[in-house]
Amino acid sequence: MMLHEGEWWTLLAAVLCGIACAVPGCFLVLRKMSMLGDAISHAILPGLAAAFLLTGTRDLLPMLIGAGIAGLATAVLSAWITRMGNVPEDAAMGVVFSTLFALGVIMISLAARNVDLDPGCVLYGEIAMTPFTRVELFGASIPRAVIILGSAAIINSMLAAVFFKELKLASFDGALATSLGFSAALIHYCLMGVVASTTVVSFESVGSVLVVAMLIGPAASAHMLTDRLSRMLWLSVILAALAAGAGYLAALYWNVAAAGMMSVAVGVEFALCVFLAPREGVVAKLVRRLRLSQRIAREDALGMLFRSGEVRPGSALPAGTVRGGIGGGLRARLAVWGLSRSKRVSSHADGMRLTAAGESDARKLVRSHRLWESFLAKYLGLPIDHVHEPSERMEHYITPELREGINAELRTGLDPQGKRIPEEGE
Amino acid sequence: MTVAQATETAVEVHDVTVAYHRKPVLWDVDVLLPAGHLIAIVGPNGAGKSTLLKAILGLVPLASGKVEIFGRPLRKARSLVGYVPQRESVDWDFPIDALGVALMGRYGRLGWVRRPGKADREAALTSLAKVGMADYADRQISRLSGGQQQRVFLARALAQDATLYLMDEPFAGVDAATERAIVDVLRELREQGKTVIAVHHDLQTVPEYFDHVMLLNMRLVASGAVQDVFTRENLHKTYGGRLTVLEEAAEALRRV
Amino acid sequence: MSDLLRLITLQDANTRVVLLGAALLGLAAGVVGTFAVLRRRALVGDAMAHAALPGVCLAYFVVGERNFAAFLIGAFIAGLIGAGCIVLIRAHTRIKEDAAIGIVLASFFGLGISLSSAIQQQPSGNRAGLDTFIFGKAASMVRSDVVFIGVCAAAIVAIVAVLARELGSLCFDRGFSASIGRPVVWLDFLLMGLICLCAVIGLPAAGVVMTAAMLTVPAAAARFWTDHLRIMLVLSGVFGIVSGVVGVGISALRPGLAAGPLVVLVAGVIFVVSLIAAPRRGVAAAWWRRRSLRRRVLLQNLLRAMHELLEGSSPRDLRESELLAKRAWTTTQLTTALRRASRMGLAQPGDHPHAWRLTPAGVTEAASVTRAHRLWELFLIEQAEIAADHVDRDADQIEHVLPHDVIAALEARLVAQGRLPASPHAIPVVGSGGPHA
Repeated sequence: MMLHEGEWWTLLAAVLCGIACAVPGCFLVLRKMSMLGDAISHAILPGLAAAFLLTGTRDLLPMLIGAGIAGLATAVLSAWITRMGNVPEDAAMGVVFSTLFALGVIMISLAARNVDLDPGCVLYGEIAMTPFTRVELFGASIPRAVIILGSAAIINSMLAAVFFKELKLASFDGALATSLGFSAALIHYCLMGVVASTTVVSFESVGSVLVVAMLIGPAASAHMLTDRLSRMLWLSVILAALAAGAGYLAALYWNVAAAGMMSVAVGVEFALCVFLAPREGVVAKLVRRLRLSQRIAREDALGMLFRSGEVRPGSALPAGTVRGGIGGGLRARLAVWGLSRSKRVSSHADGMRLTAAGESDARKLVRSHRLWESFLAKYLGLPIDHVHEPSERMEHYITPELREGINAELRTGLDPQGKRIPEEGE
Repeated sequence: MTVAQATETAVEVHDVTVAYHRKPVLWDVDVLLPAGHLIAIVGPNGAGKSTLLKAILGLVPLASGKVEIFGRPLRKARSLVGYVPQRESVDWDFPIDALGVALMGRYGRLGWVRRPGKADREAALTSLAKVGMADYADRQISRLSGGQQQRVFLARALAQDATLYLMDEPFAGVDAATERAIVDVLRELREQGKTVIAVHHDLQTVPEYFDHVMLLNMRLVASGAVQDVFTRENLHKTYGGRLTVLEEAAEALRRV
Repeated sequence: MSDLLRLITLQDANTRVVLLGAALLGLAAGVVGTFAVLRRRALVGDAMAHAALPGVCLAYFVVGERNFAAFLIGAFIAGLIGAGCIVLIRAHTRIKEDAAIGIVLASFFGLGISLSSAIQQQPSGNRAGLDTFIFGKAASMVRSDVVFIGVCAAAIVAIVAVLARELGSLCFDRGFSASIGRPVVWLDFLLMGLICLCAVIGLPAAGVVMTAAMLTVPAAAARFWTDHLRIMLVLSGVFGIVSGVVGVGISALRPGLAAGPLVVLVAGVIFVVSLIAAPRRGVAAAWWRRRSLRRRVLLQNLLRAMHELLEGSSPRDLRESELLAKRAWTTTQLTTALRRASRMGLAQPGDHPHAWRLTPAGVTEAASVTRAHRLWELFLIEQAEIAADHVDRDADQIEHVLPHDVIAALEARLVAQGRLPASPHAIPVVGSGGPHA
């Protein structure tokens, strides 16, 4: 798919818009105020309409002022109504932004019918129109939207860099920020101002839906991927640019609304992060859980073989008995297979036996188990018939240090049932 | 303890009333808290203990009265005050590691815009080491246990190098190791002549950990040295007739 | 004028249909919205309204023509899927609910916009009327649509009426409801379904944003007037009906104005009126209450300060500087209080400038104020356990709050300490004024 010049500009505008939104979005997400971003992106409409009605132009500055006032009003009014009216915060926000949005729509349709600010444009913008309004800059003819969105991206990134420390502190612990002399309220309202003005400059090209997507989506995706704020900011910028680019190209390919596809791209990206994030992802968590479950099954099998060897030295256990003893099914089958693959057990005609390596592992395990039983019996005063089950669970989590710590504490060679506690390396 | 220390006032709470939704939480509280002591604020649930700390910090509006810290209004004494909030007050999923949290203690002296430098990093690491958390410096905070989280908060306050520390239930829900670490830190702070005001729940340990106690139940019941004020009668006044608490208190009193 | 007359008298068949539809929608949204607000699902409703759009588009692809019922079913399913995504994200990742709502809302809606732009390009696409699902167009509703909406709305209201108590306890205390054996999980699902259904049937009339608003605004307005669930339900329903009918009515008179925003704006006006004028919760009432409380407390503080300065000595004039030092108050506060006291005949200027004395009435009042204060003080100290629930600074008269025997016991203690101001009818003579506690 070849892009012509105008489409390149549009692509650039989309990417810049993503970047401009992603940076303040990180702090919205971390402060659990994502929906305030949504609210502000709707509620600035009357501000825009009023600015237009007062000045008669669509110049950027009055629009920014009008939107800034409306945006701050949303934040202030929501907080105030929550406090005054005993209304939950989300409901207060919903009331304020939807009423303001309705007011804006009506103001526009009442007084400014000849303006190209219609509700449709508000919701999903006209990014395809980007290349058609151009200004001369440095001798080149550059679309106005690219310049504006580029400035917004640069200004927002710079603000985040300069006030990184303050934003981090106020987002993490507002009370501490205030007590250290960085007014959390001031920082909050400045952030809201930045969100409002970013929304305004993104508005005519991408519309409020995409603004919401870009504010929240990349930031939340980045939060899935990292544990550091600075990295989260970088990642969110990259992810926003990627989603904007991919969404725009997909929209061109299928010939559908660009803003819509970009929002979808944000959603897909988020879904990918939710599933595939290396540490926090759903898949990673699932794998960890399966691994743990396998390890426990393998260790249970080792313990079983060891105990059987204690009773009848040199004897073997049929594979079916082993599998049944650790719960059976696919999980047990896998565990036994894993044990023989790692040469912990060997299969013989009469069944399974521990190898030397398996014997050593199993001894440690049983040692942990019996030491823990003794510990429970001695220090928690649990009756003897109550110590086996907790130890069955605990044996898988006892580290060598803890094991020897318990041993040093107890100094006993026998467990509560009188069975010998095997030494580490016999 | 020198005489000068004993007479200097760390916090003066003057006729302070605080109300939430018309219901007074603190009622004309008027107290002088001496510098250089470990001071426990003790009282039943809903007695306004946390609110008093927040009032001292200027985090809640006062319905009446004023607070002075070392004879100065809070605005001018901010750099002297370190705050350890309750553990539930922050989002532990926040993308920040233990060192990052400790580093926040240095932000106050940096002022706006300036970034923490090497010296700040080292100070933060030192304070993490003091609470036994140096090995966990780069651990994301949600991967720490409750006690470790509390210790990180404490390290942050230490990094602040304040003169007056306000702690909201530093011992709540921590393990024994953390409790010992906190006690050690408190003692060290006192030796350095710092003042610590902590909301405390466990009556039994009051005489052991603190030397000054303030009994609060919406209004000041008593305030003074532990041996003078931490009496059966005052505790009865503070807690009313709650039997379980009284038993606990009786146990504590035996140890004074 | 004749338009208005025609509207009011419901002469126009189409207007009649549309107004009826709006009233039903408003009622359903108001009633369900009550629970949405109380269960903190207001923004989830918003997300579901947005998430419904791709369902409408997919239904069009499946059915291939404008089929109102099919559209609504598609929308309902998509809305529920969106809500399910929110719940799953919140439960299984570190992402909090607010961000989950935002992402689901935006990406589902984005998908809807993309699909609908694809449909518009099809030869038959323009007739699909998908745009009405985004912006709403009450006037375009036909009789069969209204019947469909009406049946849904009636079903919603009926379900809520039957299950109001269960839903109420779910909103109030989920844990408790579960502990007494209520099927809270199913009730939560049901509530989610009701909210979704409400959002979906509102779409063609009011559009995405406005539908979600109708789930929130009337209920939030009703919250100001009452603490009782049933009354709140009724009020919220009435507010919903009024905003629906008035909004659609205005839109019918001024064809240039879309109905959706007007409906929300009317609801918004109702909300603002409630916010300001509601008798207990309203801003005006709260402001007035705070003002009179502040004034009364200030006056009581003045009287108590004067009483305590005079306690144990013979009556004399008190200098303003003396009073100023007695409490932590500013000169302005003191002057205001003194002026008010003199207006009420409780204090009068003394012989010197900046000196004041209590009038006989003032002496009585000051003694009674001090007595009440000390009783309270003692009560708080002695009976702290129950004190927290009983403290109410508004109570001038301790007698109104505490039982007589408690007061008698407290008075006896004060007398023993020598700190009971003589009963209001005698002249204060004794008083140790020693430090307390």
